Amino acid sequence: MAVELDVFVGNTTIMDEEVYQLWLDGYTVNDAVKVRMVSEGMEEYEASAEVVMSDTMDQYRTFQMCERLLHNPTKLANQLLFQIPPHRQAMLIERYYTFDDVFVREVLGKKLSKGTKKDLDDVSSKTGITLKSCRRQFDNFKRVFKVVEELKGPLVENIRQNFILSDKLARDYAAIVFFANNRFETGKRKLQYLTFQDFAFCAGQLIKNWTVGAVGESVFLYVLDNMVEDMDVDLDKEFLQDLKELKILITDKDLLDQHKSLVCTALRGKTKVYTEMETNFKNLSRGLVNIAAKLTNTKDVRDFFIDLVEKFIEPCRSDRWASADMRLYLTHYTNSAHLLDTFKYQVVWDRYMGVIKSCIFKMYHD
Amino acid sequence: MPGKLKAKIVAGRHLPVMDRASDLTDAFVEVKFGNTTFKTDVYPKCLNPQWNSEWFKFEVDDEDLQDEPLQITVLDHDTYSANDAIGKVYIDIDPLLCSEAASVISGWFPIYDTIHGIRGEINVLVKVDLFNDLNRFRQSSCGVKFFCTTSIPLCYRAAMVHGFVEELVVNEDPEYQWIDRIRTPRASNEARQRLISLMSGELQRKIGLKVLEMGGNAVVGYLQCFDLEGESGIVVRAIGTACTLDKLSAGANANAYTHPNTAPASNACNSPSKDSKEPVFSEDPPTALGPLTPLRVLPSSSPPPFSSSKPCSRQSSSSDTDLSLTPKMGMGSGGSVGKEAGPLKMLLRQQTQTALEQREFPFFTLTCFPPGFLVHVGGVVSARSVKLLDRIHNPDEPETRDAWWEEIRQEIKSHAKALGCHAVVGYSESTSICEEVCILSAAGTAAILNPRYMREGCLDIGSGDHRFDEPSPPSCGFCHIPYDELNMPFPAQLTYCYQCRRQKVPDVLFTTIDLPTEAAVSGKGCLIQARLCRLKKKAQGEVNATSISNLLPFMEYELHTQLMNKLKLRSMNALFGLRIQISIGENMLLGLASATGVYLSALPTPGGIQIAGKASGDLSNEQHVLSIQKRINDAMAKNKEMYHINPPELSEEAAGSPIPEPKQRSRLFRSQSESSDELSELDLSHGKKDAFVLEIDDTDAVEDIHSLLTDAPPPAGFYSCNTEVMPGVYNWTSGLQMFTSVRVLRLSNANLTNQSLNKIFTDMCENLLKSLYFKLRSMIPCCLCHVNFTVAVPEDELIQVAVTAVAMSFDKEPILEKLGDRAVFKGLYPMPPCLKQRDLSSSERCSPLPEGRSRSLRSTRSSGGGGGGTAVTVVKMTPLSFLPGTRLIKYLGIINMFFIRETTSLREEGGVSGFLHTFIAEVFAMVRAHVAALGGNAVVSYSMKECVFMENPNKNQAQCLINVSGDAVVFVRDTDQEATPTLIHTSCGGTDGPT
Repeated sequence: MAVELDVFVGNTTIMDEEVYQLWLDGYTVNDAVKVRMVSEGMEEYEASAEVVMSDTMDQYRTFQMCERLLHNPTKLANQLLFQIPPHRQAMLIERYYTFDDVFVREVLGKKLSKGTKKDLDDVSSKTGITLKSCRRQFDNFKRVFKVVEELKGPLVENIRQNFILSDKLARDYAAIVFFANNRFETGKRKLQYLTFQDFAFCAGQLIKNWTVGAVGESVFLYVLDNMVEDMDVDLDKEFLQDLKELKILITDKDLLDQHKSLVCTALRGKTKVYTEMETNFKNLSRGLVNIAAKLTNTKDVRDFFIDLVEKFIEPCRSDRWASADMRLYLTHYTNSAHLLDTFKYQVVWDRYMGVIKSCIFKMYHD
Repeated sequence: MPGKLKAKIVAGRHLPVMDRASDLTDAFVEVKFGNTTFKTDVYPKCLNPQWNSEWFKFEVDDEDLQDEPLQITVLDHDTYSANDAIGKVYIDIDPLLCSEAASVISGWFPIYDTIHGIRGEINVLVKVDLFNDLNRFRQSSCGVKFFCTTSIPLCYRAAMVHGFVEELVVNEDPEYQWIDRIRTPRASNEARQRLISLMSGELQRKIGLKVLEMGGNAVVGYLQCFDLEGESGIVVRAIGTACTLDKLSAGANANAYTHPNTAPASNACNSPSKDSKEPVFSEDPPTALGPLTPLRVLPSSSPPPFSSSKPCSRQSSSSDTDLSLTPKMGMGSGGSVGKEAGPLKMLLRQQTQTALEQREFPFFTLTCFPPGFLVHVGGVVSARSVKLLDRIHNPDEPETRDAWWEEIRQEIKSHAKALGCHAVVGYSESTSICEEVCILSAAGTAAILNPRYMREGCLDIGSGDHRFDEPSPPSCGFCHIPYDELNMPFPAQLTYCYQCRRQKVPDVLFTTIDLPTEAAVSGKGCLIQARLCRLKKKAQGEVNATSISNLLPFMEYELHTQLMNKLKLRSMNALFGLRIQISIGENMLLGLASATGVYLSALPTPGGIQIAGKASGDLSNEQHVLSIQKRINDAMAKNKEMYHINPPELSEEAAGSPIPEPKQRSRLFRSQSESSDELSELDLSHGKKDAFVLEIDDTDAVEDIHSLLTDAPPPAGFYSCNTEVMPGVYNWTSGLQMFTSVRVLRLSNANLTNQSLNKIFTDMCENLLKSLYFKLRSMIPCCLCHVNFTVAVPEDELIQVAVTAVAMSFDKEPILEKLGDRAVFKGLYPMPPCLKQRDLSSSERCSPLPEGRSRSLRSTRSSGGGGGGTAVTVVKMTPLSFLPGTRLIKYLGIINMFFIRETTSLREEGGVSGFLHTFIAEVFAMVRAHVAALGGNAVVSYSMKECVFMENPNKNQAQCLINVSGDAVVFVRDTDQEATPTLIHTSCGGTDGPT
């Protein structure tokens, strides 16, 4: 005697959030049943394993049927097959596209290719996230990437509209797309301490300030008609060229000394690590300016974060700067440059340092 | 040339990719009606084509308009090979033929393919210009309204109830024609779908003609069924109740809507008010009728049809009457009114009788009636007959099938007569077919009706009517026996009514109708099921038919005993909505009886169940008996508490006085009569006798006891019933969830006994219920209403159970508890539909057409990219005839759809469960789309009448046929009503508002 067929179909599609999560997490039906049986509230219904099994299978089937629509969330709103109230639709989509930070850390900046996908079982065993869930997350990245790749206009907005995601999640995806597109290196050991959120923040800064679309929205409004492709995805090439000019800050001996004394004057007495700052000034300044000067090089763009860590964050950390010290230093370092009479690249400098400052703030963990 | 049908193809969306090379589709559309076909241009390389076609115009007879569906086929243009079909949409244009229903059909329809399921959607506009044709000999019946609802639809009142209408049409089944060997499965499925669509159109037209002949304008309780008789063909048959309905004015509506359930039922003695009511017939003020009309659907059972024609197949066993077999079944009363009333009553009865007797069959498919309509209820009458199918040779003359049903109906009629009743209400018919054997069943409730609603009756009854009504207060009148107490058709124990103490009532009452709203009930009701399996030998032809008909009486008897025991165990004394289904398979018969048990205050408290052992002396045995007895008593006590059954104790004491007198009187009668048995007489004086003794040594009894005690009660916070509403629950919220659940069990063990089979079947039903409770737990407190089980034996070792029901949540007590409940169940999906939706989307509001349409058009345009607005109208579905917290303001027409789905890649579609799950979801989607296109936002009285599932896992194939029906409606929320208080006021005054 065996159950040959067992289905339940509601006019309004019933979906239990808990089961949905288990499904998203890649649990098999049997594992999901085990989890559910011990979860709270079950005793109240005297639910037997059989009943929970039947319910779980049903729900899994429903999710599988919905998955096709979730790949194209705009369809979910006007498809006719499932009657799902709008707020439930939003929940379904949001959860489907939500990813694990641990997972995304593993693939961030990698090419979203078949090769990477093949390595997912390693990622799975490393992170403890089921392979199924890894695949879903990876495919989501890839799908979003593919869709926005061909679209013009602001990246975050495109993602939000095409996938009907919350603002937060859309921004995270923008970061992922941005990283994948520019292939930033994030996997080196020295970068391991950084979380996805650190990177997402930095990506947001870069998108906002260093891409073509970033150059003052008002300035660019007139181009709307012939919007530059990928304006949010690629860094502004002109800007990167201009960055070379900053080299003068370290190549011109006078300028370098002048800059140092301005900074030191401002810092004196305000921090415990003043001596270290003073001794390291030239080194640090060279580090930051060199990063700027090399960004025209794709290879160096990829190493942007590793450079920041090696050239700036690590030296500071070894001198035991506190975050506050770091802020103080960078603020004065940036502002003092404005007082240098012979330094003419204030605009570029600000655009560069604005991003560097906030990235370093974010990346500098005490 | 009385009609012009116009159709316009607007756009498509989400089309499947038909050209692998380009990942696109070159779609165009064929629009076909009758023999005329139009085509749109090809819209190249696009999955969201915008055809925006001209208006295609068909000039046709209204007869065709009624019979034919509009057929829309979406194809992919292919330059070098034949065009590939993407899918089809069939649109029934019947709703457009009735001025009061929809005026235009406009919206997105799923494009359906019988092999691939839904493949994208198409936006279509359809209109009809009807020219009035007053030809008396016309063959069409445009304008007759059809309702699946088995009560007078809300927003109408019955000016007159004409009575029974029936019709059937037969045809060969395309699946069994020779050509089927050479055509594709798709072509064959489509031929079948189209044929059935045509046949049901024709059937409806013919029934409409009969209604017009009778002078009516509507059919209520329309029940249409298909009998797939295999080789011998397809029968489509329908029954219904012809009525003349008047639309209530908007104002009256508002009032009418106060659905009965929202008000406690027992407004007991309002009989005086009745007196003041209009005189004679019909025209009570709308308030009287409209408002109280409860709605309830009972018999959505779907019978399959009968069979073929020709020489009559052999009828091996003709009907077994329920009556004789199941003596305790029903009893109503009415019998003798008080002494004085006697003669008058006789007279009245005669009058009514003549009124009804002029009809061939005084049957009513209604299960719920205007107040005062139902005078007395006698009990359940049923008849079954086993037939051998034979090929239908001449589809135009389906006499054999007609004759079969005629026979059964006659039998029902005579049973009713035996119960002293002149009418049968809550009437339904069904069939079960296995190979060439077919069981035809009919069942109903014998009753005496108030002639006021019958034309003939109205003429002569005049003031007598009042007096007739008077003695029976509505809260108990229907329970009074209609038959003569001295000449009872079966042994029964009668007592004086516990409510009015004036007339006799039986100790239990079984009916197929819904609980009358005005009935006085103690506590809540509950779903009671009796389940039974009986093995039979495989056989062929006559032998088979004979063995089946020999088994039937025993099955009926056992089902009845089970019901009775379970009823007693729950301390209840009446069953409503009783539906007994018997299904045949090759090697077994399945019986399933479902009903809703209640405690009627008018009937005596049920006696206990006594367990008796055979031989005393055996100590261990005695102890065993005692322990069982104790368990039973405990269960009864627990049930009483659970269902809040506290009959007023007063009845005991008060009983003291009236009883002596009746006793005398009855003695008096007795002396005259030959032999009414002393025993029952004695019993009368103490209503509490233990009527039931179960002998434990009897193996059957062991089984009975076992099944009695294994039925698990629903979990806390859940109630269930198979009627329209649960007595004792009033404050419904708008939270509801209609669902269909199907289970198929494969019996692996070859040597099963009756007992083990019974256990398997019982567990299957119980487990299914448990699963439902679990699934719907987030709706607690909640009631499963209109729980409709259908069983089938699709193959040798398979048992199939399908359930359709609606879960409705209610507020237990005001507010306080609610918070608590929420907290407890928070982890769960906070309940889908309506509860929350209320504040959510205005899209859910009934969108009258224009709005809906513009919305969908808009979405077409934006479908490419944008932030997908809520383009889809929310359509609620319920098997009930009402939606709590809302008013139905318009009926848009009947929905009656038949779909076939087939697959040759079963595994790829997720196995049988995946296949059926998708198909059912698709059927729901297509129903919703049709309703939305008619401008509606809900389907009421929804039922799945057929779900035939066949599989062949070895070949990776499966096929399923589903037939659903219901009434498309427009509703508005009650809260919106506050905007028009004046109207309500008017209606309360009983005045007719503007129509």
